[in-house]
Amino acid sequence: MTAQRYLLDGVRPLGGEPVRMLLADGRIAAVGTDVDAAGAEVVDAAGLHALPGLVDLHTHLREPGREDAETVETGTLAAALGGYTAVFAMPNTEPCADTAGLVEQVWRLGRDAGHCDVQPIGAVTVGRQGERLAELGAMADSAARVRVFSDDGNCVSDAVLMRRALEYVKAFGGVVAQHAEEPRLTEGAQMNEGALSGVLGLGGWPAVAEEAIVARDVLLAGHVGSRVHICHLSTAGSVEIVRWAKEKGWDVTAEVTPHHLLLTEDLVRSYDPIYKVNPPLRTDADVQALRQALADGTIDCVATDHAPHSLEHKETEWAVASPGMLGLETALPIVQQALVDTGLLDWAGVADRMATKPAAIGGLAGHGRPLAEGEPAHLVLYDPAAEWTVDRARLASRSTNTPYAGHALPGRIVATFYGGRPTVLDGKPT
Amino acid sequence: MNRHLISAGDLSRDDALLILDTAAELAQVASRPVKKLPTLRGRTAVNLFYEDSTRTRTSFEVAAKRLSADVINFSAKGSSVAKGESLKDTALTLEAMGADAVVVRHGASGTPNRLTNWIDGSVINAGDGTHEHPTQALLDAYTIRDRLGRLDGLSVVIVGDVLHSRVARSNVLLLATLGVDVTVVGPPTLLPVGVETWPCATSYDLDAVLPKCDVVMMLRVQQERMHAAFFPSAREYSRRYGLDARRMATLPEHALVMHPGPMNRGMEIAAEVADATRSTITEQVANGISIRMAVLYLLLGGTEPAIGHDPAHTEPTESA
Ligand SMILES: [Zn+2]
Repeated sequence: MTAQRYLLDGVRPLGGEPVRMLLADGRIAAVGTDVDAAGAEVVDAAGLHALPGLVDLHTHLREPGREDAETVETGTLAAALGGYTAVFAMPNTEPCADTAGLVEQVWRLGRDAGHCDVQPIGAVTVGRQGERLAELGAMADSAARVRVFSDDGNCVSDAVLMRRALEYVKAFGGVVAQHAEEPRLTEGAQMNEGALSGVLGLGGWPAVAEEAIVARDVLLAGHVGSRVHICHLSTAGSVEIVRWAKEKGWDVTAEVTPHHLLLTEDLVRSYDPIYKVNPPLRTDADVQALRQALADGTIDCVATDHAPHSLEHKETEWAVASPGMLGLETALPIVQQALVDTGLLDWAGVADRMATKPAAIGGLAGHGRPLAEGEPAHLVLYDPAAEWTVDRARLASRSTNTPYAGHALPGRIVATFYGGRPTVLDGKPT
Repeated sequence: MNRHLISAGDLSRDDALLILDTAAELAQVASRPVKKLPTLRGRTAVNLFYEDSTRTRTSFEVAAKRLSADVINFSAKGSSVAKGESLKDTALTLEAMGADAVVVRHGASGTPNRLTNWIDGSVINAGDGTHEHPTQALLDAYTIRDRLGRLDGLSVVIVGDVLHSRVARSNVLLLATLGVDVTVVGPPTLLPVGVETWPCATSYDLDAVLPKCDVVMMLRVQQERMHAAFFPSAREYSRRYGLDARRMATLPEHALVMHPGPMNRGMEIAAEVADATRSTITEQVANGISIRMAVLYLLLGGTEPAIGHDPAHTEPTESA
C-alpha cells in the first residue's frame, strides 16, 4: 500500500452533498467538511461523484492464449479507465483455467499489472467440455482463492453435472455462474430468433433456449439448497423466472450486460458483426424488462461480458465472426444512459448494482464497500454531466470491437483509486 | 434504383417493372445471330463465388458478355477465414482491380451487405446463405408475366422449405411488391418464425390451396433437412407436400409449375410433373440471362432504354 495521501476536495459521495475525503494508507481516512489536508495531494473533485470502485463479475481477459486480443495488463488498464477496481476473469482462455496452476497464473498476472484486483473464475468442468468436474476444491484452495466457477461460453447443459457442481461448491462457499443456453435449441444460431431473423436469413437463438436453462437451474439450486448465479440474462422471460425463484426464497442471483440494457436486435440489419454477441441482442420489450428488473433488484448486478476480439475476427462475414463486444470502458456511461438518465436508478443504486452486489456475489471482501471512514480506498470519481465521444484509437483494450465508436456517451470517468492509489487521473492512466 | 441489388425488398414497384421491361427488350438480342451489345464495353464485372453454382455463375457471365463487359471469375471456396484471406481483403483486391460490378454468391447471409462497405462498384447478390436471391425472384416474375400476361392479382403458391430458402424470401418480397397474392405452404417446422409478418398468407395444407392458384412454385428440399427432424421421413414429406400428377390435376387449366432447380425428382416434384408443358423450368434458365443483363445494364449503364436510343452509349449493332 502506498503512503501517499490524497485529499478529494468537493467530492459528492453517491451524488450527495460535497465533502472532503482523505485517502491515506490505502483506506478512506476521513470524510467530512473540515478534513485536514496537511501533507496530502489535493485533487479538485468539485462536482464529481464518488462511487465505490466498480466490480465486474464477468470479464474476458484472453490471457493466456489470445494475447493478440487482450492481455491481463491491457484488459485491467481498460478496467481502471472504466472505473473498475476489481474484475473477475472468465476461464475460457487457451488453455482453459480449470486447474489451480492456471488460476494462480492469471491471479499473479493481475497482481503484477497492478491496475485492479483480478479474481479468476475457475471452469466448472475439465476444458469446459461439460463432461467431468474440474478440480474445484484445488482452485478454491489455491492462492487465487476461487469462489466463482463457470464454463462461460458454454452452458453446463448436463443436468446431473450441474446438480453435482452446485452441491460440491457448497463446501467452500462457491457459486456456479451459468451461461444459460440450451445447446440443441441454439444449433446454428446467429441472432435473436424472431421475425427479424426470418427476414435476414440468420439462424435464430430463441429466448426459450435461455429460459429453459434458467428455469432448470433455479429449480436445481432450490432443490439442493445451493447458490446459482445466472450470467448475462437477456430475455423478459428469464427475468420472470428469476423473480419467481427469489420469491421462493432460493439463493439465485443474476447479472445483465450494459449492451443488453441498451441495444436491440434491429442493429443486426446491418449484418455488421460488431453487434454479434452471445446471448444475442434481443427486442425492445426485453430491454425494457431488463432495465426494470435491474432497478427493482430482480437482477442483482451489471456485468460487462467484456469480450475483446481482434479485427480479423470482426471485419468479416456475420456467420464466421466471433461473438462479443468490449464493455469495461463504456459500462458506467451506458448504465447512466439506460437507467440513471431514464429515472430508473439513482447513484446509490448504481453503486449497489455495479460494485456492492457483484463483490458480494463473487465473495470479494474489501470491494463494493460504503464510502466511509476506515473502508478500503477503492473508488471512482465520475462526472455525469460530461459527454464524450468513443474513439477506437484511444481505448486501452488491445481490441477495438466496441459498437459505440463514434457515438457520444454521457458521463466521464475522471479518476479511479485502487487501494488509495490513483490508477486513472484526469481520465488518463497514471 | 439503388446502386446495389442486395434484397428484392429494396426494389420499388417501378424499379422492378423497369427491370422486367428492360429484360424483355434485351431478350430480343438472344434471337439475333450476333448476340452482343456494346453497352458495357470497358466495364468489368466480377463473379465472386464462394459457393459452387455453375448455373448462376454462367448465367451472370453470359449476361455480362452479351453486354460486352469484361468478366473475371473469382472463385473462393469455403470460409474465407479458414482460407486465411478475409472477405475484406478480397473486397479490397477487387476494388483495386477496378471492378464496376461484383456479383457475389456466399454461404453466409449478409455477405453482400458487408461488401458494400468496402466496394465502390455495384454489389449484386447472387444468393447469400438463407437470406435472398433477388435475380432468381426477378426471373421467376419475368417468366410468370411472360406466360400469363400479367402479375397483378395473380395467386402464387410457394411450397416447401421456406425456412432455408433464399429463393422463397426474395420471391415473397418481389411478388408482393408487384401485386401478386402469395401463399407459402409447408410443414410448420419449415416455415420461419415470424412468417406472419411477411407480406404473404401461410398454409400447412397444399391440397387446399392448389385449386385456386395460378402458379405453384416448388422449392428444393435439401438432403440434410431430412435427417434433422424437420419432418419424419422423405416419404411423408412427399405425400403431404410433393407435387405429383394427382395434385397437378387439381390445378386450374392455365396454372404454371415452377422450380428454381436443381430438382429432387420424386421428392418435392414427380418426374411427369417436371416435364409437363405447364412446367416452366427450362424457360426459367433462358429468362435468367435476360434478367441478369437487365440488372447489370441498369446498375452500370443508366436508366434509359437498353437498345438503340442513346448514340453516345450505343454503337450500331451488327445488322442481321
Ligand atoms: Zn457467456
